[in-house]
Amino acid sequence: MSNITHLSGLALAEKIKAGAADAAQLFNTFRDKIKGKGKELNSFVEVYDTPVAAKGNSVLSGVPIAIKDNICIKGKRITCASKILNTHTAVYDATVIERLKNAGLRIIGTCNMDEFAFGSSTENSCYGRVKNPWDLTRIPGGSSGGSAAAVAARLVPFALGSDTGGSIRQPAALCGVVGMKPTYGRVSRFGLIAFGSSLDQIGPITTDMADCAQLLNILCGEDKHDSTCAAIAVPDFTQGLSELKPGVRIGIPKEYFAVGLNVEVKASIDEVLNVFKSKGAKIVEVTLPHTEYAVATYYIIGASEASSNLQRFDGVRYGLRVKGDNLIDTYAKTRGEGFGAEAKRRIFLGTYSLSSGYYDAYFVRALKVRRLIKEDFDKAFKTVDVILTPTSPTAAFKAGEKISDPLSMYLSDIYTISANLAGVPAVSIPCGFNKENLPIGFQLIGKAFDEMTLINLGFAYQNVTDFHQKMPKIAYE
Amino acid sequence: MDDKQLVEYVAKLARVSLSQEEEAAIAGQLHKILEYVDKLKEAKVDNVDALRAALVERDVLRQDEVVPSTLSEDILKNAPLREGNYFKVAKIIE
Repeated sequence: MSNITHLSGLALAEKIKAGAADAAQLFNTFRDKIKGKGKELNSFVEVYDTPVAAKGNSVLSGVPIAIKDNICIKGKRITCASKILNTHTAVYDATVIERLKNAGLRIIGTCNMDEFAFGSSTENSCYGRVKNPWDLTRIPGGSSGGSAAAVAARLVPFALGSDTGGSIRQPAALCGVVGMKPTYGRVSRFGLIAFGSSLDQIGPITTDMADCAQLLNILCGEDKHDSTCAAIAVPDFTQGLSELKPGVRIGIPKEYFAVGLNVEVKASIDEVLNVFKSKGAKIVEVTLPHTEYAVATYYIIGASEASSNLQRFDGVRYGLRVKGDNLIDTYAKTRGEGFGAEAKRRIFLGTYSLSSGYYDAYFVRALKVRRLIKEDFDKAFKTVDVILTPTSPTAAFKAGEKISDPLSMYLSDIYTISANLAGVPAVSIPCGFNKENLPIGFQLIGKAFDEMTLINLGFAYQNVTDFHQKMPKIAYE
Repeated sequence: MDDKQLVEYVAKLARVSLSQEEEAAIAGQLHKILEYVDKLKEAKVDNVDALRAALVERDVLRQDEVVPSTLSEDILKNAPLREGNYFKVAKIIE
């Protein structure tokens, strides 16, 4: 008998509507899978016995969804996988949570992550590392590693993640699932615990493009609680679920195929190009000349914004408090004990970049280079409709391999960071496996507010390939 | 400033206390990261304006209406230490 947990969110919703599945039973099936075999992955922080009350209806009504543990669900614990916050209860719903509830989705629990979303391996969690479902000795990517691992193992049909420099797309690639970072301003961040305010976006992690489009329909759109959320009309993204738009021009940035790209990943991407060529797409070489500065630019800006956003964790109003000799000492001891190693590194880098005497040389200079990076994309998008790259230079690496070398960890985001700096949408889609049977993903980067083209290309690709249907062994157990 | 002094200085600004081992580790790592980001010095940024966010900035206005907000009791429940309707902290002014 086929396993119901292997179906997509949309397929499950159709079964529920047709009376062939019961929503309450379905919730229990996924819950028990998470609490059973799924436990090995450590992909959840908390699993709910009963779903968070949903009220409305949509095409996805009744389907369970998991939420990264940095998005507020009223009355539930929210921790950002940090010791400094791990007693906190959310006092309001994030806008995306309100929208999911209004669409009748059933929230099943919160996903493990790198502390405050700092990391590319989900090893920086106060709850311990998340394991890659394809090989438990390897990392699932990060920082939304819990969300991606859970979807890959079919512990849940889909999940929400957040992406500041690749935190949805890189784990999606390393776990063999679809991860979309929408345009900056497409989805409200109200209720997302801030990391880099000019970079953060919430997005869906799914097994296929149809679920991705359906979730975007629910999540996107203006929000009176978030002034950075754009007042731009939201199309029906399911219109993108059709044959490849004729004459579509795909740009290949040569800078993304230079030193450091693993040969097996490169070979998979070449195959992807062949698929699109055979469907009539035009492949055009483009240049993004400031790519070599992206990682440095991102780490200055991201760390600066993080150090500023994390000032609120001082032991006064919420979370951990470690008593010191006086108030200042209480702040320092609370933060010293509450934050993990990577959070401290980012706070230090950010505080330094923003400090008197270094502000212009680091922070302001990075903001200027950021404009150059964005202008690279503006120029490229004059001649192409979409840009195609690898998502990650390698498949999943071993746990512990990069944890003591922060710089090499930072470089694993080399292909995903620029989309955040430029504010454009990007998606990672499964496109193969290496010799060790580890998933590989490709990335599509679109023009601002043109998620539709990404959905169209992704759907057309998945129509003729089956990499997104492959599941790790643990999904069958 | 050498690496050690730098870390002590930033620790003070950031209000984060570190153990001696942490201090040594961060000093080395920060040194390496700063060396890497120094790459940005090569970029030609004369006459380039800073880009704070890839966003069309706009004024967002709304009617000044009274609406129900998060209840203070819910917020205070998360306090590490409270007294009545207040967050309780150590004496600030001697």
